[in-house]
Amino acid sequence: MINVIRAELTKLRRPSLSISTVVAVTFVTGLVTSLLFLLVDSPEGNGERGTRISREVLELSSGISISFKNSAGLLGIVALCIFAAQTAQEYTYGTLRNLLVRQPSRMKILVGKLIAMKMFAVVMVSISALLALSLSYIFAGVMDVSTAAWSTPDARSAVLRGFVNVLIATIGFGIFGMILGLLFRSPITAISIGVIWNLIIEGLLSVFISNLSKYFPGQLLSVVADGGTEKISYKYALLTSYSFLLAGLLIVAVLFKKRDVAN
Amino acid sequence: MSSPLAIDVADLSKKYGDRMALSHANFEVPMGSICGFVGPNGSGKTTTIRMLLGLITPSTGSGHVLGESITQPEKYLPRVGAMIEGPAFYPALTGKQNLAVLAKLGGLATDSIQKLLELVDLGDRGDSKFKTYSLGMKQRLGIAAALLPNPKLLVLDEPTNGLDPAGIHEIRTLLRKLADSGTTVFVSSHLLSEIEMISDYLVMLRQGKVIFSGKTIDLLAAQKPVIIAKPENSKDLKKLFEIANNLGKKAEIKDDIVEVIGDSDFSAKLNKSAFEAGITLTSLTPIRPTLEDTFFEMTGD
Repeated sequence: MINVIRAELTKLRRPSLSISTVVAVTFVTGLVTSLLFLLVDSPEGNGERGTRISREVLELSSGISISFKNSAGLLGIVALCIFAAQTAQEYTYGTLRNLLVRQPSRMKILVGKLIAMKMFAVVMVSISALLALSLSYIFAGVMDVSTAAWSTPDARSAVLRGFVNVLIATIGFGIFGMILGLLFRSPITAISIGVIWNLIIEGLLSVFISNLSKYFPGQLLSVVADGGTEKISYKYALLTSYSFLLAGLLIVAVLFKKRDVAN
Repeated sequence: MSSPLAIDVADLSKKYGDRMALSHANFEVPMGSICGFVGPNGSGKTTTIRMLLGLITPSTGSGHVLGESITQPEKYLPRVGAMIEGPAFYPALTGKQNLAVLAKLGGLATDSIQKLLELVDLGDRGDSKFKTYSLGMKQRLGIAAALLPNPKLLVLDEPTNGLDPAGIHEIRTLLRKLADSGTTVFVSSHLLSEIEMISDYLVMLRQGKVIFSGKTIDLLAAQKPVIIAKPENSKDLKKLFEIANNLGKKAEIKDDIVEVIGDSDFSAKLNKSAFEAGITLTSLTPIRPTLEDTFFEMTGD
């Protein structure tokens, strides 16, 4: 298993992927954080889907982690794309046959890949967290938002909780991408379906049919990142979303184990 | 006592829907040999190789590689190096990084990578990205990857594709050297002349069926050698044909030559009889059929 992880990390560390990931994470976090603070007094809203997060809320001890938590959905999409591409490209490049000759245990390949990508997600979320916290201080100064409560133990605890929740959500989105990658065996198809599902289909259906978001993995993972909402509890969102993902993962794992590698 | 086998398959078949990709194949490959695996495109070579490497499951039959059943590839694959259906690597990684991925995956030492790159003449291009390689370089990297585990069995699918004549010669020399050091080489190709030059053993496929498996030398020896005789005057063709027939040999007139079925020992007799009949021969060439001739004769293609 360690060998598979080491091999996967060699691939994940390649400059083209790591630099583009850092750029994407910086862009997403920078955009969400800047909009949150710079539009703090705007009646159009400064949070997700036009919600308004007031100056008073930002000044609370939990205010320091809001921008980071708001970035989770887009960070999840980045993770979905990376996990899907890293999995499906083994089929399109034809490299899966090389991997399976050197490591015939398909389950070890799958689990090793997943662990390596989770490690990559930890780095990705850590960069986003550091950036979000730093930018929050900068923009708070620009917009005269008081940061007095941000250095209290409560704030540190909120940051830690936020980090864990965003990480769980990001990895969840990544697993969703991996499932699609294994299912469709094409990076473009897997990413397209994943992004369209999460950004468009889930969003639209939840608007038109109330309560449906309780059953959508993407919506539930966003709730996990938020630490729970008024309508959906954290525990429910975590258990339900990960149950879906686990079921999906089990199905594709069986397919991966049984399917002929004939390309 | 028979020699140990690197590969043996019995009644091995693979069916995709209604199409039989491989039908009840039986063959053996002795340890330490270079075995050519030949057949036209679509004859089932790659399907067989994939089954031997545990990538696809046989529909029926059984097989053993290095003494272990093909249903348990984890038992023998650490001792097998393979390049299947062309070199497949990550375009954004360098040659060295690509080999490092496979070495790490197999728990192999990465310090032999540079040596292997030099062996396949890529020593100075190891730090270039795979996507910048020519087809020949990609092929060489594939061979280097197959050699990573210092294999007891090397399985190469069309290894000389895209190589220039010098490259083909180098690969041929390398394979011979590996076989001399005890590695069994199972090499598929549709370049029959190449296979004839290097292989001690042959497995021939046609339309998913094994049509020959055994020593190359036995196959070629079983074929009838011919003598090509060319008289100075074409009007003597018929006379020469009759002389060969009278000497008990089957002959045929083809354009300006007479093709006589017989080995090189018969050449002197034919030459003498032609001379006595007043026929001057401008050339008299004994020819042993090539693997290509034999293959086409056997397959009727």
